[in-house]
Amino acid sequence: MRELLAQAWTVARKDLLLEFRTRTALLSAVVFTALVLTVFNFGRDPTAVATIDLAPSILWVTFTFAAMLALNRAFQLELENGALEGLLVSPLSRHSLYLGKLLANLGFVAVVEVVGLPLFVLFFNVPVGPVLLPLIGVIALATIGFVAVGTLFSAMVVRTRFAELMLPVLLLPFLLLPLTYAVQATARLLAGRPLSELSGWLKLLAAYDLVFLGVASLLFPHTVDE
Amino acid sequence: MSLAAQGRRVVLAGLLLLGGVYVRALAFTPVERFQGPAQKIFYLHVPAAVTTELAVILVGLAGVFFLFLKDPRLDRFAEASAEVGTVFASVVLTTGPIWGKPIWGTWWTWDARLTSTLFLFFLLIGYHLLRGAVADAGLRARYCAVLGICAVVLVGFIHLSVYLFPTLHPQPIVLRPGAPGVPPEMLVTLLLSFGVFLVLYVGFVMQRYAIAQRRDAASHV
Repeated sequence: MRELLAQAWTVARKDLLLEFRTRTALLSAVVFTALVLTVFNFGRDPTAVATIDLAPSILWVTFTFAAMLALNRAFQLELENGALEGLLVSPLSRHSLYLGKLLANLGFVAVVEVVGLPLFVLFFNVPVGPVLLPLIGVIALATIGFVAVGTLFSAMVVRTRFAELMLPVLLLPFLLLPLTYAVQATARLLAGRPLSELSGWLKLLAAYDLVFLGVASLLFPHTVDE
Repeated sequence: MSLAAQGRRVVLAGLLLLGGVYVRALAFTPVERFQGPAQKIFYLHVPAAVTTELAVILVGLAGVFFLFLKDPRLDRFAEASAEVGTVFASVVLTTGPIWGKPIWGTWWTWDARLTSTLFLFFLLIGYHLLRGAVADAGLRARYCAVLGICAVVLVGFIHLSVYLFPTLHPQPIVLRPGAPGVPPEMLVTLLLSFGVFLVLYVGFVMQRYAIAQRRDAASHV
């Protein structure tokens, strides 16, 4: 178990170090998130729909797209110079490779969300102050769900034609469910409902995370082995 | 007789039986009191929906066994079952709105059950797209098995959450706690239709499997 975590951390550290040193992908994803939020501002009629009604959808559609963008690059960078083969022949268990990639993706998406959330609050004037902690909890749970399936699929699609298009087509049906749960929970939070009203959605999110973390880590070895 | 020819015969028999089911449904089954003749589409819609789910579950099971046994026949079966499932899902998504327009007054609504069928359809489409996008046969089979298994898990999850959302859709009337909620004549017609859809499923899968078999044989030449 310790060995697994240590190996996973090595993989994650390598990926995150690479991202923070080059910064291109991370910056692009952050700018992309800001742009999507801006697009939403122009894509609605502020006199017709109150922002608070639209806010949960804006937040979650933006985060879903940002996560997709982040996941596309997860294995892309291993294709250069046959780096994936290098990882596979190294004394590294397949499960720790999955876990490492998962952690790196979570880190990447978290950075994007840390920038995205204040921008969302600023642009749409949403009062998140009193519910900030539970909101972060919802975001964390949904992000784990997104990334658990996304890491598995991104390992598959890098070796397909039209990888950039294939990932959204395969992944979006899987993201719709956590997206629904997260939107329902966020809407109740922003409307100032008591926490007991969203515990059902949080449980569903947690169940989704656990089930797909399990399924994806079991299936992952089959996607990378030659 | 080749597998394709056998499959054609099974499908032909299925289509004739389906005609028989509809003769029974139109002439010898009572008209539903509130929905009138529109309810007759039920004998297509419900069996098609159940067969779609069955097809998807079999794709997932074939995927699990493929990952252990690496038998290309399982992959061919999954390919065939997914394609036939897509056809049945289209039947569900076509007959549903035809019934919905007169009864609900709308072709489509974002109801939990409708949405989950649409999910299933998108999953199946994605599955075929993935098949077309991987060049290496061994890799393709493995990837499709992985996606098939994930799809079945997701479908299970969707089913659980469907019960949590308020729904307009009629509730299950046969597989529910207590006695079935339809008169015996309707129930018999429905069950006959289930049987016929199973025959059609088997016939279509046989033909589609035969195509995959010939393609694989040709690629080895």
